[in-house]
This record gives sequence, structure tokens and C-alpha cells, in this order.
Amino acid sequence: MTAPIHTRIWREEAEPDNPFAARTAWCRGYDVFGEMLGRARWVEMLWLLFRSERPTPAAADLLETLALALANPGPRDASVHAAMCGGIGGATAAAALMAALAAGAGRCGGAREVHDAMAAWRECGEDIAAWAAFPARHRDDEIDVWPAMEHVPGFDPRGVSTPTPVKQLLAHLAAAGTPRLAWLQAQRPAMEAAVGLPLATTGVAAAALADLGFAPEEGEMLFLLLRLPGAAAHALEQRGHHYRDFPFPEVELTDDPARRTP
Amino acid sequence: MTGRPPPAAQAAPFRTRVGACWPGSRAVFRGADLHAELADLDWMALYVFGITGRRFAPAAVRLLHAIWVLTSYPDARLWNNRVAALAGSARSTSVLALSGAVAVTEAGIFGGGPGIRAIDFFRRAGVATAAGMPLRDFVGAELESRRIYGYGRPINILDERLPALQAKVAALGFDGGRHYRLAFEVERLLVEEHKPFLKMNYAAATAALAADLGFTPREYHLFNILKTLAGMPPCIMEATEQPAGTVFATPCAGVTYGGPPPRRWD
Repeated sequence: MTAPIHTRIWREEAEPDNPFAARTAWCRGYDVFGEMLGRARWVEMLWLLFRSERPTPAAADLLETLALALANPGPRDASVHAAMCGGIGGATAAAALMAALAAGAGRCGGAREVHDAMAAWRECGEDIAAWAAFPARHRDDEIDVWPAMEHVPGFDPRGVSTPTPVKQLLAHLAAAGTPRLAWLQAQRPAMEAAVGLPLATTGVAAAALADLGFAPEEGEMLFLLLRLPGAAAHALEQRGHHYRDFPFPEVELTDDPARRTP
Repeated sequence: MTGRPPPAAQAAPFRTRVGACWPGSRAVFRGADLHAELADLDWMALYVFGITGRRFAPAAVRLLHAIWVLTSYPDARLWNNRVAALAGSARSTSVLALSGAVAVTEAGIFGGGPGIRAIDFFRRAGVATAAGMPLRDFVGAELESRRIYGYGRPINILDERLPALQAKVAALGFDGGRHYRLAFEVERLLVEEHKPFLKMNYAAATAALAADLGFTPREYHLFNILKTLAGMPPCIMEATEQPAGTVFATPCAGVTYGGPPPRRWD
């Protein structure tokens, strides 16, 4: 007899005539189809899947606001660009989303950066100098499948000044008065000066997700999930375009056998 | 704010040294004309040339082939293969099945994670012992800060792949490699001085061999992640031959719930 699947999230009872068909489904004890339908918000369901208790209205509002801000990183973002590569070539819908997840998972603008920034919140708190030294302190960490950290997570290594949408998002979320967001709103200039980089969307998202009580690995997963709508829409849009209308840059090959002198 | 100038856009045209294609004309792979110079190259030789930029001798390529062959298990119960089988059973596409299965092979307790840590360990052990540090001291220091990957195996401590691999390694003349020999010495130290179940497994042996072949950890990761690949297509094919949705189908009673009891939403 094989071991069963163990879960604290989901419980189902079978229909009397089919052990593979659920008659009822409970999420964390709540009857999904009997009670939550029509009463619960999507964002409350999302929360409940990750956490054992339902969110307060304020927490649900904060998560929903963040979800709106993250829904579409735009076609310049690597994850959406990757999804569009799937779309323009006529790849499957899942392939386009898998492409978006792959390119949007990383330590530069992706979900792993949110994970790292949330880990930094745990490790550094409101110690600005500790934030600035965070990558250096982890330089000798055990090697991992992830490339080494190259910059302070949550900040833009190619940025010049804080983009307006990042400031708008932080200001809006900070109005909720949660501790990290409020502190970040007040200390952003000092943080940016110490780090030497402007704040990025990943940094705001990490502060919000940490304030909501999510663990770094939960924040990483949510960031991946919440950015998929834009990737999906842009992939579908490109599917309807001619491939000549999608960029295919000129190339300069620096090691070209045709240019070598014999 | 930073006082830096705006970042330059990606240089136009796109600059690369690894290769390019000119449709209707030619293709270049790592500085070689793919069709004129590499057409007869073994695929594995091409793959590792692509990763490392180095050409590997025929014996090394045969060893790399063997490393892939000996752990290609078409057992759909294995987690990565199970992804492939579930996708096949659910009538997804075969490539989505394969891609998902490969992606989950980059795991923490099998596949990618242990592999990259094992080769990193052997390379550092090689440097330390070459500088005069006794291997026992290096192993002891390592165990104080982290786990040594590639030793110990769940279910059965004997790794059935090793005899076949060892025979192939000896036949191809790689059994004198510095890191490969270190792998056995580490096993002896772990078993005799730490825990008897810490026998060497396939991850350690293959990572040590890759270190002997000059792979860096990042290079090895790209080679290592595909060593179970050939076991996946059979799982996909068989799953698609079964009635849809039946492979590993789980009844409601197959899930044990341990969360809160029923409660009212309102």
C-alpha cells in the first residue's frame, strides 16, 4: 500500500458513486463550493491557500493592490518578452507561461530577487548598513543552482533614479501603515544612498509580502504567480502578429571563422 | 539619484561570441562552422563543447555518454519522471511533459542541487589537498559547516549504478583521476570515521569524474541535469498509451487531511 498524499490545505469527500470525484472540497476547513463561492474574494482564496487563517480585510486589500501592480510587468520585462517569444512562434499556451516563469524567476528583477529581499528583511530588519553589506555577507554561501547574488536584492542594478511607478506603488502600499512598507517609505532615500542603487519593484513587493507575513519562499511563489497575467496576454497578442513585426536584432559575432585570417 | 548616466541599451547589433546563424547561408557554433566543421561531431561532444567551449577527447565523450546512460531509468514513480507521466496521462503535449520533468530535476535532494554541490566540494578538496591539507581535516571542516553531497542514499545504501560506472571508468582509463580517487578516499573516511551508511553514490562519482575532466560547477550543472533525460520519454509514451487520466490517479481517500476541521466562512 503506497503512502497517501498528506496536506493541511485541502480536504475532499468522494461522491458515493465515484471515489475519484469530489462531492465536497474544503480549503483550510472552509467549504469552497458550498460557502466560499459568491462570498469570498479571489484574493482571499489565494491567501488561504498559502496561510492557515483567512486574511483580515486590510491584508486582503493590500495583497490585491500588490497583485494589480504586478499583473503586467510589460513587454520590455524579460518574463513577458520570453512569453512573447512563445506566442510569436505559435508555441502552446503552457510553453509561453513556462517561458515567462523561467525568465522571471531569477535574481535580477525576478522572483528569486523577491525571495532574497524577504530574506534580507529577516536578516537586516531596519539596519541600513546591514542591507548594503547583504550580498557580501553571503558571498561564501554554499553553491546553489541559483547564480550568486550580484547586487542588494530589491534594488535595480541598472537603475539611475527611482522610477515613478515604484514610488507610486510604495506610497500607495505604505498608506496601509504596515511596518516595513512604512519604514521603507520614510527611509527610501537613505537606503538608496547606502546601497548605491534605486529601489525596484521587487523591493516594494518584498516589503509588502513580508509585512503580510509571508515567508521568503511563499513570496517568491506569489511573485511568480501574480506576474503571469501580463505574460499570458502579451503572448496571445503576439500570436496574432506577423513574425516580421517582432524584433529580431542584427548580430555581431566576435568569433567568426569567416573573418579569421588564414 | 545615483549620479550615474543612464545605462546603455543593449548594444545594437547584439554582440556574441558563442555563435549565430544566417538563414540561407551558414551557422557558427563556438567559432566553428557548424555544417562544414562539426557535422560529424557526436551530439554529446557538441553539447559539452557548447557548454565549455572546449573539445573533449573521444574517450571523455564516451565516459560522458556512459554517465547519462547508466542513470536513465524509465521508472515513472521517480519524481521527475512522474511529472512526465502525469502530463502524458493528462494528454498534455509530449514536450511540455518533457520540459516539466527536466525542470523539476533541478531539485534540492536529487539531480541538480546535489550535483553542483558535489563537484564544488571535490574541486575545493582537490585544491586543499594539493596545497598540503590532509583530506581528513578538509572533510572534518566541511562536516562542521555543511553536508557533503554524494554520500548516503535513501532506501538502499548500495548504489547499483556504481559497478557499471567503475568498469567503464577503468576501461576508458579515467580511474586515476585525482578527484575520482579523492571520492573513494572521502567515502572511506566517512564510513570509517563518521557514519557507516555514508557510502558513495552516483552523484559523488560522476561529479568527481567531471571535475577530473575540467568542468566548473556551473558547466557541470548543465551537463548533469540531463543525465536522467532518456528515462523520461518512455514514461511519456507509455502514459499516453494508457486510458486518459488513469496514471497515478488518486482517489479522494488517497489524500490524508491534517488541517483545521470544518468551519463556517461567514
